[in-house]
Amino acid sequence: MNNNLQKAKLEPVWHTNKFIFALIFFLVTLFFFFPFINPSNFQLHLMIMIFMYAVMAQSWNVIAGFSGQISLGHVIFFGIGGYTSSFFYVEYGITPWIGIFIGILFSSLVAIAIGIPMLRLTGHYFAIATLLIGFSFQIIFQRWDLIGAASGLWIPLNWDNPWLTLQFHESKIPYYYIFLIFFLLSYFSIWIIYRSKIGFKLRAIRDDPQAASSLGIPVAKYKIIAFVISAIIMSPMGSLFAQYILVIEPERMFDIEISIIVLLIAVMGGVGNVWGPLIGTIILIPLSEYTRIFFGGTGGSVDLIIYGILIMLICIFRPSGLISFFPKKILERKKFL
Amino acid sequence: MTVVLEVENLSKSFGGIKANNNISFRASSGEIIGIIGPNGAGKSTLFDLITGYTKPDSGGVKFNGKSILNLRPDLISSLGIGRTFQKLKPFLDQTLLENVIIGALATGINLNQARDKALEMIDFVDLIDKRHYFAKELSTGQRKRLELARAMATEPKLLMMDEVTGGVDQKTVPGLVELIKKLNKLGVTILTIEHNMRVIMDISHKILALDQGKKIIFDKPKNVQLNEKVIDAYLGVVNATTS
Repeated sequence: MNNNLQKAKLEPVWHTNKFIFALIFFLVTLFFFFPFINPSNFQLHLMIMIFMYAVMAQSWNVIAGFSGQISLGHVIFFGIGGYTSSFFYVEYGITPWIGIFIGILFSSLVAIAIGIPMLRLTGHYFAIATLLIGFSFQIIFQRWDLIGAASGLWIPLNWDNPWLTLQFHESKIPYYYIFLIFFLLSYFSIWIIYRSKIGFKLRAIRDDPQAASSLGIPVAKYKIIAFVISAIIMSPMGSLFAQYILVIEPERMFDIEISIIVLLIAVMGGVGNVWGPLIGTIILIPLSEYTRIFFGGTGGSVDLIIYGILIMLICIFRPSGLISFFPKKILERKKFL
Repeated sequence: MTVVLEVENLSKSFGGIKANNNISFRASSGEIIGIIGPNGAGKSTLFDLITGYTKPDSGGVKFNGKSILNLRPDLISSLGIGRTFQKLKPFLDQTLLENVIIGALATGINLNQARDKALEMIDFVDLIDKRHYFAKELSTGQRKRLELARAMATEPKLLMMDEVTGGVDQKTVPGLVELIKKLNKLGVTILTIEHNMRVIMDISHKILALDQGKKIIFDKPKNVQLNEKVIDAYLGVVNATTS
């Protein structure tokens, strides 16, 4: 064996960038101690929205960035998650903690059910099909009497067992920690998947499905796996959001704007790597929340106009997203992502 | 020698055009089979039919005695048929090492083992110093080597190469030819589409010549070189005498 080969074999598959890990550790610590600095309710709400959208954008990133399928109807998994946990709580008194897992199960089944027939579609056709499926779900839920049709579900208030019923009426801090834990779990899982055999195979499919299949990768199976992973991450956000607002209706839970926002966040941050969606969320969600405050009810869509302008600028100057502002040395060969 | 690949009466039409018309040939273990023919002769279609990317209208394909007709490309690959493409298909946004690791994972090994195997293949194609380069940063010749390393990492018994020396400068050709010979010495049966006649005559044990979807001849290089139909359809008198 020659020296170069021997040396190369001693290198780890993935390099660990100490600076990035220190940064992540610092941020996580900061997140955990944030409630101790007496933040206002608005600041807590903002952080909760950041955690929620970061997870949702990551969910979109899994199928678009890892396996190359552009979904415009991703909100369905959010809606299914929200409706499932709420329905089982309202009708049968089942704690939303269990409801979250039932929601994950349903979302996964829906991902498989719609994933299989859509496998033949690629590019624009796949995107259009997902968009229409998103609309279809909203219409179905608006007409489904069992789950409250257009008026939705009102989750009965309970003051006795806040942790069991996932209802916190006096403080947003418990919600903050619950969303934070789900955010950390989701990102850690995706980080592991990205570095795993599945991650390698999904990226191969994203870059060139034909070449991937010539290397023994069953493209259809892995596209469905990506779809299911994506649904598993997205669904609990719907369940938690339902518990956070306690009133859900199809207009809100299947709002196509949610699909578009998670797409914009991921594209802006950088698609195809683990941290891009988080960076996009940290920029866009505060922007969205503050423009809502600044412009009030009359400027409800100003945030989307600003998103649009930012996306155009990103596309022109930084097509790889905001993550490309990181030094090249860290981003490229070190492969910390 | 054991027959590795048997192609029998394979036909495929696209509309009114017969891309492959009753093509039959056999490849035995350890052979290099060259496939020649003018543009549009049906060479790449034949590759697509064998590797499952296109379904034939009729005929059969057997690999190690078993029919692989109508199997998916990934299943055919996992049986031991590797291939490269005429239009290169490296995973551009991934490093050379990652590209080859993906190939090595096809053998069912874990990630560390796949990394080791990938490095051996990269060393085999003489690109070990460029292992952390992104595929998009490599030259065409290096990308061809990448595709060979990636296909080899799947441990194929039969390797199908579509124009390995196409689109590279003349200085790169001898290195690629040596590489093909090295691969063959490892016991890999090779099917290669080539337009470079010097290369194909030098490396092939047998040559399959196609024209307008039909087999003209399947024989040893020296017999193919002298075949009048081949000269007429492809080689031309001048090339035939100087090769």
